[in-house]
Amino acid sequence: MSEPIAITEQAVNDAVDAALAALETAADSATLRAVRSEHAGENSPLAAFNAAIKSLPGDQKAAAGKLVGQARARVNQAIAARETEVVALEEQARLASEAVDVTAVPTRRRPGARHPLSLLQDRIADIFVGMGWEVAEGPEVESEWFNFDALNFDADHPARAMQDTFFIDPPEAHLVLRTHTSPVQIRSLLERDLPVYVIAPGRVYRTDELDATHTPVFSQVEGIAIDKGLTMAHLRGTLEHFARQMFGEGAKIRLRPNYFPFTEPSAEMDVWQPNAKGGARWVEWGGCGMVNPNVLRAAGIDPDEYSGFAFGMGIERTLQFRNDLNDMRDMVEGDVRFSQQFGMVV
Amino acid sequence: MRIPISWLAEYVDLPAEASIDDIHAALVKVGLEEEGSHDFDLTGPIVVGEVLSFEPEPQSNGKTIRWCQVRVAPEGQAAADGGADVRGIVCGAGNFFAGDKVVVTLPGAVLPGGFAIAARKTYGHVSDGMIASARELGLGEDHDGILRLTTLGLDPEVGTDAIALLGLDDSAVEVNVTPDRGYAFSIRGIAREYSHSTGAAFRDPADRVTPVVGTGFPVAIHDEAPIRGRVGATVFVTRVVRGVDPTVPSPAWLVARLKLAGIRSISLVVDITNYVMLEFGQPIHGYDLDALQGGIVVRRAGEGETLETLDGQTRTLDPEDLVIADDRGAIGLAGVMGGASTEIGGGTKNVLIEAANFDPVSIARTARRHKLPSEASRRFERGVDPKVAAPAAARVVELLETLAGGTADDLGSEHHEHPEAGAIMVPFGYVGGLVGVDFTPDEISSSLAEIGGSVEENAAGFVVTPPSWRPDLTDKASLAEEVARIVGYDRIPSILPVAPPGRGLTVSQLTRRRTADVLAAGGLTEVLAYPFLTEAQNAAFGSATGEVVPAIRVANPLDSQAALLRTSLVPGLIDIARRNLSRGLTDLALFEIGSVFLPEAGRAYGQDSLPLGAALPSPEALLELHAGIPPQPRHVGVLVLGNAIDKQPGQPAVPAGIADVLDTVQLLETALAVKLRVAKGQHVSLHPGRTAELFIQTPVGERSVGFAGEVLPAITHELDLPRVVAVAELDLDALIAAAGTTIDVAPISGFPAATQDLSLVVDRSVAAGEVEAAVVEGAGELLESIRLVDDYRGQGLPEESKSLTFALRFRAPDRTLTAAEASDAKLAGAARAGELYSATVRE
Repeated sequence: MSEPIAITEQAVNDAVDAALAALETAADSATLRAVRSEHAGENSPLAAFNAAIKSLPGDQKAAAGKLVGQARARVNQAIAARETEVVALEEQARLASEAVDVTAVPTRRRPGARHPLSLLQDRIADIFVGMGWEVAEGPEVESEWFNFDALNFDADHPARAMQDTFFIDPPEAHLVLRTHTSPVQIRSLLERDLPVYVIAPGRVYRTDELDATHTPVFSQVEGIAIDKGLTMAHLRGTLEHFARQMFGEGAKIRLRPNYFPFTEPSAEMDVWQPNAKGGARWVEWGGCGMVNPNVLRAAGIDPDEYSGFAFGMGIERTLQFRNDLNDMRDMVEGDVRFSQQFGMVV
Repeated sequence: MRIPISWLAEYVDLPAEASIDDIHAALVKVGLEEEGSHDFDLTGPIVVGEVLSFEPEPQSNGKTIRWCQVRVAPEGQAAADGGADVRGIVCGAGNFFAGDKVVVTLPGAVLPGGFAIAARKTYGHVSDGMIASARELGLGEDHDGILRLTTLGLDPEVGTDAIALLGLDDSAVEVNVTPDRGYAFSIRGIAREYSHSTGAAFRDPADRVTPVVGTGFPVAIHDEAPIRGRVGATVFVTRVVRGVDPTVPSPAWLVARLKLAGIRSISLVVDITNYVMLEFGQPIHGYDLDALQGGIVVRRAGEGETLETLDGQTRTLDPEDLVIADDRGAIGLAGVMGGASTEIGGGTKNVLIEAANFDPVSIARTARRHKLPSEASRRFERGVDPKVAAPAAARVVELLETLAGGTADDLGSEHHEHPEAGAIMVPFGYVGGLVGVDFTPDEISSSLAEIGGSVEENAAGFVVTPPSWRPDLTDKASLAEEVARIVGYDRIPSILPVAPPGRGLTVSQLTRRRTADVLAAGGLTEVLAYPFLTEAQNAAFGSATGEVVPAIRVANPLDSQAALLRTSLVPGLIDIARRNLSRGLTDLALFEIGSVFLPEAGRAYGQDSLPLGAALPSPEALLELHAGIPPQPRHVGVLVLGNAIDKQPGQPAVPAGIADVLDTVQLLETALAVKLRVAKGQHVSLHPGRTAELFIQTPVGERSVGFAGEVLPAITHELDLPRVVAVAELDLDALIAAAGTTIDVAPISGFPAATQDLSLVVDRSVAAGEVEAAVVEGAGELLESIRLVDDYRGQGLPEESKSLTFALRFRAPDRTLTAAEASDAKLAGAARAGELYSATVRE
């Protein structure tokens, strides 16, 4: 059995001082761990004092216990405080070492983009869906009946020849690449219950060579509304609402007489583009009119009971003057730089 | 239609100050859209000169020029350019004489094409102006030397302004005439429309002549095969004028007006027929009466009958063609083009004038059949006023008499059996109810009267008989348009209609939009390719086997090489990739969502005859119409090449390949809410070791929905593409159809997971996807997730085998799993892989 340790105030204070001094120099976690072990661990002097208390006579135990307890508390507090400091310092150092140059912007994925023509079609669909309309679709290889006959294009009328149609071989089968999205009007009227309020966006075809203002493959959006009591005033109201969504609050519509086999009266529509680059202006936008009674008859609708209006415009053309684009070819060539200017927004 | 303004002013009060823009604005208001304007594009001083004398001077180049003294102003007066009254002018032409009156362009004048006239040194003289040819003045194509005014029958004072003299100060507006308004292909029609627009007084050219009915010329209409029951000729007026002087030239004003209207001057008689056609809208044909054999018969062509037309071509006629014939046979294609045998020529003295009305459908078919669109056919196709034939013929007679020295003969004929236009009932309230304007009854009746209709009112509404020149007015809706445009479309108010509640976009529409958005957000750029492909392009990607799949052919393609509609999106993506590469864009990720056209083998689409328009087809006919449309599903196609990730600090470049398109397939799975099975695939144009076929589960079993893979290097080499080009194509419509409309959701267990790895050794030929599927099947419901984390080949393994390591996560819905339970499940999975693929667990 070894000599019992004398628990003196001096000895305890010395042990505390030694611990605090050691802590002063502990600048990292490893040193701190060593200091903790040496001065507050099982084999530390303070632990030895603590162990020795139980051997003291009863009347000295309380005083010694208080002395040693306070000393240990001081040391443990100091260690904890130092630990917080060291951890913070170390984290700081680590963060500093982990710094990267954020201006060397990393890329993990190419820039993707929607095609602006598709985006514009989506935007148009949203405008009309917001009014309660629905979006109808139909095939691109279409029967001449839907593309022409049902739309009041007589087989021998010059209007039919003026459509610059791509015919499917053999021509006697009466299939064409649809020249407009208007056949979807007929399909909608045949498939849906009245009243009908639909738009039909989609691809259409005409035998025009590609140049700055023409493309043989382009897209249109067509609208048709059939209900009781619809008039040209409703046509104008619809177009004006649409135009304001597309071109800004100041947009308005001007109608001029024109001819289309599937509408009567027919009109050419101009839109006032209030925010056009280079100043507000009138731009030719598309054709429209009241649905010809013969078209309603082809869909089995009584023209004395129902009336309606229809309109159509080119999406390419709309994009062209809405975004001040000069060359149609940019829209069809698929150069990724063109679409990437739009990204996901048109 | 081009309208010389001076001509228009003859028939409607045109304000003197009306500009071209004003006239266009007035015509646009009534539906005649502006197409442009035309003038002679020259400025003076251009004056009448008299050749006083000239000296021929042979030149070393073999030409002989004339050094002329030309009087350009009355003696002692300053010329129009302020210079001397007599000028020395060098002229290369030799067709004039001393004493001739000619057109002199003085220094300062500018001729068509920006040709500025100045005094200039040439052939050793200073040429102080130029003696002009008709061609230089823009009056004709004549190369026959300079214009001698005597040949135009003119003998004006020296110094007279030649611009006004020759009608070169006139200009023309050009408008687009819509196909319903044949009558607007005339000065008469345009003047009337101008009057409708502005209220200016209109004078009908038909009223300026008094038709005389000629008799005795035999004309027979024998149409034994009317098209759609309509007789080919309903009006046929002939007149004879004798003693026309073939040497008389067309007057300058006539030549100038024709020129502005876009018609070349040919000879006085022909010019007069063209002039009257433009003025009245009535095509006129002139025959050399002396070349005719007997009378005229209007009939359908005989089988195999031939005709040499005015353009010198011999045409074989169709039995549907309507012809004008004399005793020898066809002498003209009615309403389309005359024949050579009776052509008005340089020696024609006696003229038979024909002013007829032919059935629009018959003329349209003949013009199309013979690819002969003419000024006449263009008018007949759209409908000519049946009542204007006789006045037009009278106008031709008048001009032949006054301009060509002819004398009208009593000989002629008149045939009229054109059906009268029926009356149309327009109920009160109808027009306003359609147009949305509260028209007064007076506005309606006066508008309809203004366009030439006769309007009566009864208890129910207006009874309207359209004018003879408006065959397009056939129902009350067309009359409503007339009222609306005469009153003005500006009156139409703006009212937004309220549609019934809609159902929003369809699931398919939403899904396609989401798919495009997800792909774009995933780094791909959307493109829209033309669907026209070559046979080779369709063969390469139309089927996995390279078997030629049937494709739809365009009968009249723009490019005869690319006449097929696409059966795959990939060739279009490749074309677009090549275009981008040629522009230096070397890292590409493209996608397209679009239709492909997939006719079934051996099936004919469409139908020989169609139901009529304007009536609902029978249910059977509608079914047949729908069945005749070939399948054209929407596909989604993807192409990547170059780098998927660019080289950058701390990151080497990652080249794009099969991994990227398979990654894109997983984007599609997310966007579409579907789960695809990826299996090893074979495709004739894809890398045999880097091709996947994609399958989806449907209610009727699993079906293939597309492929992903790297294009064969032989193909990419041939197309100047980088070696590695990875593509994928999936049937988007099929994917959307297979996706559930609602998502099955399992409850989420909050109990702890047990994670374990499993390494299985299998033969290298075994697909990881299949091993994974076996483990999933064997491990049962406790397996929450499985992921392939390593594919090891080499030391420690038998030859030709590989070790696939999967990270597995197990979890139970109702308890904390023990390690033993997880291990049992894992080993059950390994056992299933062992059964199916001889997989052994690698410890």
